[in-house]
Amino acid sequence: MMGTLNFDVVIIGGGPAGMAAALSARKEGASVLILERDVRLGGILNQCIHQGFGLHYFGEEMTGPEYAERFRKMVEQSDVEVMLESMVLSLTDDKELTVLSPKLGLCHIKAKAVVLAMGCRERTAGAIALPGTRPAGIYTAGMAQKICNIDGYLVGKEVVILGSGDIGLIMARRMTTEGAKVKLVLELMPYSSGLKRNIVQCLDDYGIPIKFSHTITRVVGSPRMTGLYYAPVGADRKPILEEEQYIDADTLLLSVGLIPENDLLGATRVELSRITNGAVVDENRMTSVPGIFSCGNVLHVHDLVDNVSHEAEIAGCSAAKFALGECEEQGEEVAVVAKDGVRYALPQKIHRGEGKVQIFFRTGDVYKNCRLIVESGEVVLLSKKCQVLAPGEMGSVIVDKAKIAGDIVVRLEK
Amino acid sequence: MNTICIMCPMGCPLNIQEVNGEVVVTGNTCKRGQIYGVEEFTHPKRSVTALVKTESGGVVSVKTSTTVPKERIFDVVAEIDALRASDDAKIGDVLARNVLGLGADIIVTGTAKSGVPA
Repeated sequence: MMGTLNFDVVIIGGGPAGMAAALSARKEGASVLILERDVRLGGILNQCIHQGFGLHYFGEEMTGPEYAERFRKMVEQSDVEVMLESMVLSLTDDKELTVLSPKLGLCHIKAKAVVLAMGCRERTAGAIALPGTRPAGIYTAGMAQKICNIDGYLVGKEVVILGSGDIGLIMARRMTTEGAKVKLVLELMPYSSGLKRNIVQCLDDYGIPIKFSHTITRVVGSPRMTGLYYAPVGADRKPILEEEQYIDADTLLLSVGLIPENDLLGATRVELSRITNGAVVDENRMTSVPGIFSCGNVLHVHDLVDNVSHEAEIAGCSAAKFALGECEEQGEEVAVVAKDGVRYALPQKIHRGEGKVQIFFRTGDVYKNCRLIVESGEVVLLSKKCQVLAPGEMGSVIVDKAKIAGDIVVRLEK
Repeated sequence: MNTICIMCPMGCPLNIQEVNGEVVVTGNTCKRGQIYGVEEFTHPKRSVTALVKTESGGVVSVKTSTTVPKERIFDVVAEIDALRASDDAKIGDVLARNVLGLGADIIVTGTAKSGVPA
């Protein structure tokens, strides 16, 4: 076994968040290491071969692998160190990491600052207690996407999709153009959990029906799935069994939510939010443990990689400043509270001081023609009319830090 | 007609009508939405992304360099299916030019993964 490796900033995860964080930390002068468990950098972008990335960040429309390649090249041209096929086994509050890597075996790494960029994982059949048996043919949408776009295999021919998350919608189109028949999309909620434009360009374009307020009541078939029963749900979201219907299908894709992958934090005192399932952070994306930062989908699930890249730059830059002892004096800390229809707002803490800070939020339901209000103490920082706010589309507001007069409340008004 | 703009993740709700022989788009918040609205009303177009097999049996992702008429998507996919990429294909390589005379090239967007050994 080797001795301990030392770095100013260690980034856990080499996807879009990890790469952007690494580059911005390096720019501040820190020595940086990226630990990535896959065989290459890029994370989930590598399997997202559709268009729709980079319009905000690079000012041009590109596919996932192209977006990843831009960052991968920048990382290669920098002197950020990268360890691939390397799994972080443990992390402590003192920023000591145990890592398993094919080149170094079991090794210990000591960092002055750590950036969490592990991304998220999909909710599975078990996680939603999918009723029925467990035949072959049930996949999470992202797993089907990987098997299709990376490995080159189509997972089925007659497909039903449960959930209207963006990956599920993207896979509805993807499997259709690869020759499968996507027969139906079922969504438990009365609205889509994905982006509106994905309903248009992935379902409507191909005549794929979506049934809102419907769910699966039973999957059948053995050893391969042969079909499933589904039913509308009442206001209590429980299926109305009298109206159950049957549909033939050999494949079921699940697109029923993403969960930040924070398992590694078990031995740390990083405070997690019960709503986002990610860390509670301040505007520098620092967690409750000094020197541990979080960004990207491990912090909260994003709709757009462009936002991930921006957020990771904040975390990477702050981590470098922390590691190099260059942190500026911070003002008094205030809480950011989500209320009245706003499910969460992030960062959850902001320091008083100079400059501007962007607060991201999601609503808990679809709200039409409402007013978004951001208050601090007695001061109304922002009040703006919104045509539509939906849980599937993250919103953001920019707040002037100098105007902060107390805890910040983000809320909706009819 | 009413639709949702797909040019960016904002998803602006568009209303498109023909007024005195001119296509009028409302609801868009940028110029791209205006262009999309007119095109969607007169002749809808889409980008296509797909996979091409490599010599060793792996796959590499590709895209059309520009949008193609929506009703020709499956024709374009069939053309893409018939292509083969070399094992060292890299991002930006052009695999076919002006596919079906529609003005779009087929461009490699990913790094080829070698075929899985049997």
